Amino acid sequence: MATQDQRNTGSRPEEQDEATVDAAQAPAAAQSQDSSQTEGVDDLLDEIDGVLESNAEEFVRGFVQKGGQ
Amino acid sequence: MTEPSSTAASTVDVPPLTVHRVMGTETEYGIIAPGISDANATVLSTQVVNAYAATLREGLGNLAGTRWDYTDEAPLSDARGWQMGRSVADSSQLTDEPPVLTAEEVALVDQGGTDPSEDAAVLMNLVLSNGARLYVDHAHPEYSSPEVTNPLDVVRWDRAGDVVVQRAMARIAATHGFAPVILYKNNTDSKSVSYGSHENYLVPRSVPFGRIAAALIPFFVTRQVMCGAGRVGMGSLNQQPGFQLSQRADFFENEVGLETTVRRPIINTRDEPHAVAEKYRRLHVIIGDANLSEVSNYLKLGTTSLILSLIEHELVPIPEIAEPVRELQAVSHDPSLRHLIRLTDGRRVTALDVQQMYLEAARSAVTAQGGGDAQTADVLARWESLLETLRRDPMEAAGQVDWVAKLKVLQAYRDRDGLGWKDPRLALIDLQYADLRPDKGIYYRLAARNAMERLVSDDDVVAAVTDPPTDTRAYFRGRCISAFPKEVVGASWDSIIFELPSQRRLQRIQTREPLRGTAALTEELFAGSRTAEEFVSRLQRGPEPSMAP
Repeated sequence: MATQDQRNTGSRPEEQDEATVDAAQAPAAAQSQDSSQTEGVDDLLDEIDGVLESNAEEFVRGFVQKGGQ
Repeated sequence: MTEPSSTAASTVDVPPLTVHRVMGTETEYGIIAPGISDANATVLSTQVVNAYAATLREGLGNLAGTRWDYTDEAPLSDARGWQMGRSVADSSQLTDEPPVLTAEEVALVDQGGTDPSEDAAVLMNLVLSNGARLYVDHAHPEYSSPEVTNPLDVVRWDRAGDVVVQRAMARIAATHGFAPVILYKNNTDSKSVSYGSHENYLVPRSVPFGRIAAALIPFFVTRQVMCGAGRVGMGSLNQQPGFQLSQRADFFENEVGLETTVRRPIINTRDEPHAVAEKYRRLHVIIGDANLSEVSNYLKLGTTSLILSLIEHELVPIPEIAEPVRELQAVSHDPSLRHLIRLTDGRRVTALDVQQMYLEAARSAVTAQGGGDAQTADVLARWESLLETLRRDPMEAAGQVDWVAKLKVLQAYRDRDGLGWKDPRLALIDLQYADLRPDKGIYYRLAARNAMERLVSDDDVVAAVTDPPTDTRAYFRGRCISAFPKEVVGASWDSIIFELPSQRRLQRIQTREPLRGTAALTEELFAGSRTAEEFVSRLQRGPEPSMAP
């Protein structure tokens, strides 16, 4: 994982950034990730990769609910 | 509510400032049968109720209380002082009528399902030995928790509901002839539909409803920073890509109203107390997201109960918001938490600022009263600490708050794989965060890695699946269900119905006082009655602690 990618971990969706976030005030914590945290994230993503439903588009399309309260 | 401490003339005394009060939750679960595109949601939901019934039969449990007593239901009664006409109500508002399945639907539920030795009747409703209700609500299975007295017990019995439906789900998966169903603890299909996760709080009727509504609107617009469940997609029709704090925010259109299924209001006015109506109202809160994070759930109920306490003491701040519905959505749409809300006094403040105003009012009022009870102090400390964390960097709250936990996973995928917000894998992660299968659900995978802070042990939750809380009338209901499975034929929040061999008429025991029917008041009665006949006759005779008001 590239350094640039790690720095993005704590950032906000860009749609919001444009509207309301001053980049100079971006949270500092995300910029100080050490390698153990990165390994933890990689390991977590590997685990989630293993449990995610296989055809994302089809599965999400099939999740149709009727109205409720 | 604690023991009366003042001699005020009002019918209910206001206790010291506290998070303690009678409260409970209702969860409508999302439901699908993957691979069956034309599955009927009502049938699937009915399968869940019947599958759980089957697990109870198997575990030497019982099937008492399968009839819901609708006598005291009044879903069209408005807290502002009037009744909505049945003819103008949306059919989904008529929750005081038992649901009916068509013959075709009954056949679908029965197919390959029930034990042939059992009565093949299809159940739409179960009252459980823990005092909860499991039933089919429109097109979703719903678990309504037993009444509890504090937010930590909410977490315990709310999670117990997740275990109940997990057991049903596992039973269906293991039953020949049934397609597996998957349940989700979420609130939208991110297409056009939302379904609820409601909270209920008992408040003295003497507190004017208008004051409750005015003080709660700014609180509800902003508390999502702590208890939003997170959602991929913007708009009720998912028109815009992106991420937002709340599952529910985009589905609200009004500030105050009676509806729960259409034109949803921030403050719901349904006045159906399920208790002595002259003394209490039940505040029915429909704006919350269903939480898997225990800290989010605990603070959702704990802070709201504390705000109600402030309202009762007339110590609540009211940072009146100029456009509450618009701001509800704007706050949800800004995970940086920097959106500025316009107040009617002209100030522009963030959601965290508004929360801080409520926190400071609560903290100083509790301090002035000597510090409050232990759980109240804990809620205050966690609330303060969480607001500080969110102000510093929202992502640091990933172990406590559902929307942050979800966003952190989504962001990691975006970083690793370069995914845009329209990518269906992100929508799948959003959905699968709430998947209740422990091996598939992303929340459960995070919890298994100790990435989510826990407040209640798994053992306590398993006990709460069968045991009722001891300090409300839920104890009486639950014990009746487990002690007299043959004779208890129906129940509701405020009644238990016995069918006794010696009596031609059904015997209806009212439980209209939520803080009676406790273990302290009725344990001996249960222990000393060998039969239901004896139990009911001792109840009706007195002078033992009367369950009836």
